[in-house]
Parts: sequence; structure tokens; C-alpha cells
Amino acid sequence: MKGRALYLDGVSVVFDGFRALNNLSLIVEPGELRAVIGPNGAGKTTMMDVITGKTRPTAGTVRFGEADLTRLDEPAIATLGIGRKFQKPTVFDHLTVFENLELALKAPRGAIACVKWRLSGEARDRIARVTEEVGLLARAHDPAGILSHGQRQWLEIGMLLAQDPELLLVDEPVAGMTDAETERTAAMLVGIAGPRSVVVVEHDLEFVRALGRRVTVLHEGSVLSEGSIDHVQNDPRVIEVYLGR
Amino acid sequence: MRAGLGAAVGLLALLPALNALPTDHALHVSDFIVSVTGKWICYAILALSLDLAWGYAGILSLGHGAFFALGGYAIGMHLMRLIGPRGAYGHPVLPDFMVFLGYTQLPWFWRGFEYFPYAALMVLLVPGALALVVGFLAFRSRITGVYLSILTQAMTYALMLAFFRNDMGFGGNNGFTDFKELLGMPLATPRARAALFYASLVALVAAFLICSVLTRTKYGRVLTAIRDAESRARFLGYDTARHKLFAFVLSAMLAGLAGALYVPQVGIINPGEFNPGNSIEAVIWVAVGGRGTLVGAVLGAFSVNALKTWLTSAAPDLWLFALGGLFVVVTLFLPRGLIGVFDRLRKGRAP
Ligand SMILES: Nc1ncnc2c1ncn2[C@@H]1O[C@H](COP(=O)(O)OP(=O)(O)OP(=O)(O)O)[C@@H](O)[C@H]1O
Ligand SMILES: [Mg+2]
Repeated sequence: MKGRALYLDGVSVVFDGFRALNNLSLIVEPGELRAVIGPNGAGKTTMMDVITGKTRPTAGTVRFGEADLTRLDEPAIATLGIGRKFQKPTVFDHLTVFENLELALKAPRGAIACVKWRLSGEARDRIARVTEEVGLLARAHDPAGILSHGQRQWLEIGMLLAQDPELLLVDEPVAGMTDAETERTAAMLVGIAGPRSVVVVEHDLEFVRALGRRVTVLHEGSVLSEGSIDHVQNDPRVIEVYLGR
Repeated sequence: MRAGLGAAVGLLALLPALNALPTDHALHVSDFIVSVTGKWICYAILALSLDLAWGYAGILSLGHGAFFALGGYAIGMHLMRLIGPRGAYGHPVLPDFMVFLGYTQLPWFWRGFEYFPYAALMVLLVPGALALVVGFLAFRSRITGVYLSILTQAMTYALMLAFFRNDMGFGGNNGFTDFKELLGMPLATPRARAALFYASLVALVAAFLICSVLTRTKYGRVLTAIRDAESRARFLGYDTARHKLFAFVLSAMLAGLAGALYVPQVGIINPGEFNPGNSIEAVIWVAVGGRGTLVGAVLGAFSVNALKTWLTSAAPDLWLFALGGLFVVVTLFLPRGLIGVFDRLRKGRAP
């Protein structure tokens, strides 16, 4: 895989005069696992909205390799190889775990292609492997609507895996999880990165520490500090706005 | 389930045969029953088409009556052309209303309608094209929910006003009537009634099978996904606007087919068929039967219309109240409609 970098430069998003992102610049190298932290309203989710085409930036450059993401819509960006897990887990409640993963599986996305689609043995194996990776084998044929909160989060991560993207954006994957679930999720994400780049947004500092990678601190829509978890935890500006509270 | 459906279709198929029995025979079925059931079959096709759009793809169209009416007008134009010189004015080409309005030649858009295959094609293409345009604009601009419903309602209302105009070339408020024959078969005869009945029944079964195969494919699951969480589906890479457009156009074509089978049976088509109320009634059939299940849509069309036929003769003033009340009760207490009730009964009985 050639690997593409994610590149944000001078990105601003203005909602009715309010600057949700303010001249934000960030580079994520191919294969990197990056944690993004920041207080509520810092602009973390908005940053993901901009990368995935949900929100158009008011100014700035957003590129993934050669592709200009500000010119593409959500399905096009997803097809390019950028997958996203939402802050509030959204899975398809009326479909089973298996069917959710089947829809996420990398395959042609057109209407006719979907009508003609037949589940091959290979696809079935791949779904089974992902189901196992996210620990949902026993629930494979249950509707997603009856899963517990933690299991929904994992199903979302599983959908990302099935999509096989080059860059994963993961918004608050452990919110509301037990300690054991949190640990397990951290291990899952570390296992996912490597061939892929991953950007994880999280409040939980223990979780970020468990990831053990480079951390970016956002505040009021721009980068406040960047470096190892120890570096940012000792940065006086970070202590002032975030950790010191 | 499958056996039950087969039995229901078999029973329906018997009706015209029983109608052919002598009137004093114990099993004789009246002309009225056959003709009213034939209409319900067309409504059931309309309900199926609406369920595909609403129940599966989440597109609550309040304008499906327009697609039905356009299909009806398309076959109506063919029926008008077949009248030929037998009209009241005896004009060799022009239908009566054109002679009356002082037309000297056939408007261009009437050309070709004398051929059945062309008219049959238009029955599908005209509603399909309208759905393509409206759907394209609406889905591209991400108009969903109540705004989309209002838009489709406005569409059928606008068409009703347009078709009321004499200068549109579709017979104004009188529409088309006095049809003589179809495919060489004189209408308003028992034979024609039976033939149209069977054609409608075959169309219903075919429409049911098409929808049932389609909704079982991955495409069907994509529609469900779009209905439940459209933006999530977009982030998975599905161009949801296109997927919805595909379903909407297919659905409109089915509705057009229903209208085309309906018009020769009732012998008239006029702009009243575009009445927004008709589209809303169709939504109620689907809601009562159980949206998102094909059997539910068909069941809803038959049961609500049976109730309507009975009530409009027994207590005509009550019908609209009953319809409104039915909708409220179903929405509040039976979100899955009659199908949900049957399911619960069956589960209750199971050990
Ligand atoms: N569509 C929108 N319209 C107006 N304001 C918005 C919109 N989306 C986000 N905002 C505002 O932008 C700011 C940044 O929001 P964002 O959701 O990106 O924060 P966050 O860092 O993800 O916060 P949290 O940790 O609470 O998830 C907030 O003040 C929010 O109210
Ligand atoms: Mg957020």
C-alpha cells in the first residue's frame, strides 16, 4: 500500500459568526495512530466533519494524498478510503450485526451492484473474521438495535474494519465503557493501526496513555500543543485550559 | 405465510369464474363483487409501490396518487384514440372534447398513443420520468422527512390544477370516458371485466415478487439502512441520493401500472384522480396493513378499501371520520399495523 498522508492547513469553520475551527493545521502520516484530545467544544468533531465532507470549511486546505477533500461529498470521501466512527454510535438497528458488516464490507456501492451482489465465501469469511476481532461472534445474527452500548461501539469499529479504509477517524470510542471494555478497545485500535492511519478523539486520558502514541491537543478550534502524552500533560498552556481544571 | 398468500391469490382468481355461473347458483358472485375486487387489486399494487418507497426507503411520498393518475391518463389516451369515428361528433381522429374545444389537429404529445405498446410504455415512462426529475432535485438537495412529503403533495396538487385546464389537451375537468375497447375487446362486458381482473391479479403477483426479490437483496438492506440512518450510510460510501432515486422511480412506475389497470375497469379518468386526498389515503392503507412488509401493504389496501366500500354505502357521512380515526389508532397503538397484530397473536399462541 502506498499510504497517503492527511493534511490540514489553515482550516477554519465558522457557524453563524462562531469559529468552531480556527486556522487549524495538522498532518497525520501514513500508518500513524494519532490521539486528539481537547475540552468540550474544542472542535474535535467538527474537524472530523470537515475531513469526511459533512461540513465545508470556510477557509483552508484539506487533502488526503493528492485528493482535495473540500471538493468531494461524503460517499466519495468514504470510497477514497476514509472511514469514520461517530461519537454517538450509529449502527443500523433493524439489520443484524452480520448485515451491518456486510453493508460496510468493501464492495461496489451502486444500486445495481447491490441488487446483483451475492455473498461469496470469501466475503463471508471476512465478515466472520471481523465479527470475531470485535468480539461479537455470539451476536452475529441479532439485530443491532438490541446490542449494549459497548457492543454498538465495537460494531461500529467492526464496520470500519470491514470497510478496510486507509484512514480511520474514531470519535470517542470509549465514552460510557467499563474499564475492561476500554482496555479491550485500546488494544483493538492499536491492532488496527499500522497498515492504516487512525485518528482517535478521546477525553479519557488513561485511554490515550494506553494508546501510547503522539497526542494533539485542540482548544478553541486550533492546535494548542502536540507531542507525547507526557509532553502535553506537562505543557503549562494545556494544564491551564484543560488538565488543570 | 407463503401458503396463505397462494391460497388468497387462488381465491381471488376464482371470482370471475364464479361470476360466470348462473345468477341463481349458490356460488354465484355478483358483477359488483368482481368489479370492486378488481379495483382493490389495483389499489394493492399502488400500496406495494408506496411501501417500497416509504416502508423500505423511508421516502414518505404524499404524491403517489399522481403517478397512479399519470399511468391512468396514459392508458386513457390510448382508449380515447381507439374510439376513432365512433365519438359523438364522429370526427375520424380527434376525441370529442378536442372537437368541442375547436382543435383542428391532434396535439403532438398525443401522437403514437393509438399503438398499445407505445401507450403501455408511456404508462411506465411518464410516471418514472416525473419521479426521476422530482426525486433527483429533492434527493440531491437532501430534502427529506416532512419537507419531502410536502413537496410530493404539492406535486400532485399542481398536476391536478394543470389537468383541470382545458388547454392542457387532456379533456379538462371531464377527463376521458366513454371508452369502447381495449386490445380488440369491447369494454364493459363480462369477458372484458374478467380479462382486466386477471391482468390486474397477474400484475399484483408480479409486482409482489419483484418487490420481494428486490428487498431481499443487499440493495433492500441498503434501503433499510438509508431509512434508519441515512447519513451513516453516506459515510459508508453509499450515494444515498442515487439509491433513493432508483427506488422512487421504480415505485412510481409500479404506481403508474396500477393506474393503467384501474382506468379501463372504472371506465373514466379525470383530474380528481390527482386529488391530494387520494395519495394520503394510500399512505393510510400501508400504515394500517403494516409499513415495511409487502404483505402488510397489500392487506392494508384490501382491508381499508373493503371497509370503505361497506361504510360508504352503510353510513356515507361516517367514512372520513372512520378513515381519520383509523389512522390515529394505528399510529398510536399499532405502529406495525395489522401485520404486527397477527405476529403478536401468533407468538402469543406459540408454546
Ligand atoms: N452545525 C453546527 N452549527 C453551529 N454550531 C456548531 C455546529 N456544530 C458544532 N458547533 C459548535 O462548534 C463547537 C465545536 O463543536 P465540536 O462538536 O466540534 O466539539 P468537540 O470538540 O467535538 O466537543 P465534545 O468533546 O463535546 O464532543 C461547539 O461549540 C459547537 O456548539
Ligand atoms: Mg465531539
